[in-house]
Amino acid sequence: MTAATHGDREGKWAWRLTGFMTICVYIFMFAPIVATVVLSFNSSMFGGFPMTGFSLQWYAKLLQNEQVLQAFRTSLWIALVTAGVTTIIGVITAYALTRFEFNGKQILGTLVILPALVPETILGVGLLVMIKAVDQPRTLWILILGHILLAVPYVVLVAQARLVGIRRVYEEAALSLGASRAATFREVILPLLLPAVVAGALLAFTISFDNTSASLFWRPAGVETMPTQILSMLKISISPEINALGTVMILVTVGIPLLGGLLLQGLTRLRRRGNSTEVEQ
Amino acid sequence: MYDPRLAWMLVAPVLLLLIFFLLLPIAVMLVYTFFTFVTAGVESATVTLANWHEFLTDGYYHGFLLKTLRVGGMTAIICGILGYFPAYFIWATTFKHKWLLLLLLIVPFWISFTIRTFSWIHILGEQGLINVTLLKLGLIQEPLQMLYTEGAVIMGLLHFLLPYMILNVYVSLESIDRTLISAARSMGCTSAQAFREVTLPLSLPGLAAGLMLCFVLAAGSYVTPQLLGSGRDALFGNLIYDTIMGQLNWPMGATLSIVLFMVLGCFAAVYTRYMSMSQIVKGLGG
Repeated sequence: MTAATHGDREGKWAWRLTGFMTICVYIFMFAPIVATVVLSFNSSMFGGFPMTGFSLQWYAKLLQNEQVLQAFRTSLWIALVTAGVTTIIGVITAYALTRFEFNGKQILGTLVILPALVPETILGVGLLVMIKAVDQPRTLWILILGHILLAVPYVVLVAQARLVGIRRVYEEAALSLGASRAATFREVILPLLLPAVVAGALLAFTISFDNTSASLFWRPAGVETMPTQILSMLKISISPEINALGTVMILVTVGIPLLGGLLLQGLTRLRRRGNSTEVEQ
Repeated sequence: MYDPRLAWMLVAPVLLLLIFFLLLPIAVMLVYTFFTFVTAGVESATVTLANWHEFLTDGYYHGFLLKTLRVGGMTAIICGILGYFPAYFIWATTFKHKWLLLLLLIVPFWISFTIRTFSWIHILGEQGLINVTLLKLGLIQEPLQMLYTEGAVIMGLLHFLLPYMILNVYVSLESIDRTLISAARSMGCTSAQAFREVTLPLSLPGLAAGLMLCFVLAAGSYVTPQLLGSGRDALFGNLIYDTIMGQLNWPMGATLSIVLFMVLGCFAAVYTRYMSMSQIVKGLGG
């Protein structure tokens, strides 16, 4: 296929242009983020360029900012609950959607991805208006259920994609050997589905931890999540503290999935080794 | 082959969530558009067409809607043009560590959207990278006004949406049978012709899905215009937020939300008329 792209001179130039544009897009994607990380170590009192020296003072200041720490704890807690619940109900739904036949399956399949396609502003207002209509206060649980709604499409899609790839023969074999359906799910499907379960949980965690627009509508009075806290800090000024906060957040949200991925890779390698020794025996 | 009753039991939690947090709220919102606004935070259940009348006759709202559609459309098109190159490059490259390029596209999804958006202030602002560099080089005397403009808003939206576009196009490129291209080449097509006649048409579903997704997400955005735009660059999402959280005019806020929902829904309907929804699903899940 590269022959198709590098055949003649015209093709060569087109390929070079493609490469150049690709580099530009990647720079575009990462330059602002790199700038934020670099500026978080700036000793200047202002949150912008030029760099005046290296300093960790903004991180130290961050650790003493009780509001930020509180928002971090709130977000972490909400994201953990969201990830746990969404993964369980999402994986089970994906299982039902791929392995069962029932009326309305198509409609449910479409409905379940809607929260990912409808703008958050609309979802935010909708839930708020409904709560107001039934005279309920905004509580943390409403916020969490809202986050679960936003994360469910992604978990279902990831699990569904993997389930389609798992051949039914395995389940049928387990069933015909006398395993119950629950046991089949637990012993056969779940282990094969594990990568999708982990990926879905991580996705749900970051979606919740990151959510801004909808949380602005749903959060109870006086509660700040991490993103809404950053937004209210930005209203005052771009302080260097925000850069430090941003860097910490990047470390958390990029570090956790990367660690998870590595862990998963290690696990599968271990299991593969375990399996191959069993075969040898 | 399995009992449908069990299936319903399995999907029940998600189904209930979708009913009570997605469908019912939209229905209640629709009802609210006919309520009467009394004063900030108070409305009565007297049926009225005042909200719809106000929306349909006041040019203020039309201006917002048109601007939002324009910004969304421009963002989607620029995304399509800029995003096609990396998608094609990743697909066609013989580079051994292709996975790294793909991973780098997924990493932004993990970084807080708020942080990604405000980080543009460090590039475009008065103390941003561009202005500071140009001032130092003596090319300009005064910092350029780049932040708090419509351009900055579009820039922020591009930054947020490009990974969606690239992944969508990449997924559809991946599904092309590569022997088709070799066949075209061996029949005497130049590489440009092979691209125009084979690769590009076959990747159009992904491009269309990406355009649709970017347009809808851009037109529904709220945080980006707030952080990177001036008051004049506010989009429909900001209008909705201000109407509800600022003026506490719930019936009007509900009306505006339903309008945005219907307008974007129309675009989605036109899209599904020609393309299948499953293409977007592939891009989201991939």
